[in-house]
Amino acid sequence: MEAVVAFFSPIYILMLAAILGYEIISRVPVILHTPLMSGTNFVHGIVLVGAMVALGQASTPLEQAIGFLGVLLGAGNAVGGYFVTERMLEMFKSSKAKGN
Amino acid sequence: MGYLIETVYFLTAILFILGLKRMSHPTTARSGIVWAGYGMVLATLVSFAHPQITAHVSVANYVLMLIAIAIGGVIAWAGAKRVPMTAMPQMIAIYNGMGGGAAAAIAAVELLKDHSAHPLTLDILLMAVAGALIGAVAFSGSVVAFGKLQELKFFKDDAKFRFAGQQKINAAIFGAAVVLGLIIALNHSTSGLLITLFFLLGLAFGAMMALPIGGADMPVVISLFNAFTGLAVALEGYVLGNSAMIIAGIIVGSSGTLLTLMMAKAMNRSVSNVLFSNWAALGSGEAQAVTGSLKPMEPPDAAIQMAYAAKVIIVPGYGMAVAQAQHKIWEMCKLLIERGATVKFAIHPVAGRMPGHMNVLLAEAGVPYDLIFDMEEINEEFPTADVALVIGANDVVNPAARNDKSSPIYGMPILNVDHAKNVQVIKRGKGVGFAGIENALFFADNTRMVYGDAQKVAAGLIQGIKDLG
Repeated sequence: MEAVVAFFSPIYILMLAAILGYEIISRVPVILHTPLMSGTNFVHGIVLVGAMVALGQASTPLEQAIGFLGVLLGAGNAVGGYFVTERMLEMFKSSKAKGN
Repeated sequence: MGYLIETVYFLTAILFILGLKRMSHPTTARSGIVWAGYGMVLATLVSFAHPQITAHVSVANYVLMLIAIAIGGVIAWAGAKRVPMTAMPQMIAIYNGMGGGAAAAIAAVELLKDHSAHPLTLDILLMAVAGALIGAVAFSGSVVAFGKLQELKFFKDDAKFRFAGQQKINAAIFGAAVVLGLIIALNHSTSGLLITLFFLLGLAFGAMMALPIGGADMPVVISLFNAFTGLAVALEGYVLGNSAMIIAGIIVGSSGTLLTLMMAKAMNRSVSNVLFSNWAALGSGEAQAVTGSLKPMEPPDAAIQMAYAAKVIIVPGYGMAVAQAQHKIWEMCKLLIERGATVKFAIHPVAGRMPGHMNVLLAEAGVPYDLIFDMEEINEEFPTADVALVIGANDVVNPAARNDKSSPIYGMPILNVDHAKNVQVIKRGKGVGFAGIENALFFADNTRMVYGDAQKVAAGLIQGIKDLG
């Protein structure tokens, strides 16, 4: 039974997270589509964490090289995604007082 | 340590979810990305002490990790800070590609690694292979999308990448990649040759998929690759048993898929239509020939027409973005408003290179939200507009979409600019739009063409209106 629970719990996580992602997007005004695409682009930058683990476990030069590349790309995704999104959303800040 | 890390990952997931939630409202949007940013920093910091790393403690790997983060981070930071706002879509594409590449790299390390102490189970192997393939496709596809939007010379001519039997060849490449992936997973093959070939096929498929697609369709494609990367991250999260990656990846996968569908819908095309049928193959034949002549107008004359209009609707397009004309345009609008005119902005869902692209630029110039209208909200109002000013928009105002069944864009919802009493079109030259077709609007009797760079023309209009006192 425990094995069954262990097998199904990630599937439940997957299902609930999928519904959540759908819900978040479905109420977004058109004007925020580009920033939000950029924002989700930043969120999958969490791949950096996985790449760090992969590099941390690497034991041969080849694994180290691939892991290094992974961390480099993951860091690029996270950092670049953040600043692009931030720059876009920065523009909405000045208009705060106008409501909506 | 494991509990601390899982707690932080849990917190990170909450911060991501709340951050995205806040990003979906204009007034809280900026704080949303900051919240998500805190989540990312926390997750990254605790991961240095991840048990899966500390079990293999290796100073060299830590040093490599720090160097890689520094290099990747600094390059991406410099790129994101320095590019002009108009280049944002391709920046999203390239950073997305990096994420896909990172997911593929994780899979490569996992597949190559010696797991003889704890053999990987079949579900893990299948997930790793699937994530690797999706990540590799997202990587090469995003790089091509970047090249197209950046208008790099190599990618410029979409037609040269179209050839007979293309879809069959693409399907064959994809099929070969899947078969090879299954062989690797089922036998847990650590053969470097097989794995290299597998990745090369995945990369080739991503590039082949994106190469023949025209630039006008790129937003949909980037959005799709964004969803792909999310999925690849989630799959590799499953492989590593990393809950933060699973949750974040799946949220991006599902929201990205929905966003892709919404964009495709705005263009009245299905996603498969965007991906598998190229512009050239669309339409039932030659588009109807456009009759009439282009009637040019100088900015001072355009300014007079504008100044005496009671209602003006501005239709911005990619040309405004290229010329960075949004500030000048808004300055002109403020003059018109002072003179008592009603000014509204009409935004087509796919104006520019991404949905919301124009809104971002107008927000940058300080245009209040309540003057900006979506297509459905404003389309009925064009007949009451004295002047509709089209700034560097083309396909989204082409009446052929409404009435020419042979046109490749037939059926796409458009802004009914041709119903306005007068139309002014600011355009760089006489060339055709991104879809490569003539626009009957430009030849209509009530249309005047104001040629030139949008920013210079706007400056000319401002001067003209001021001269009237």
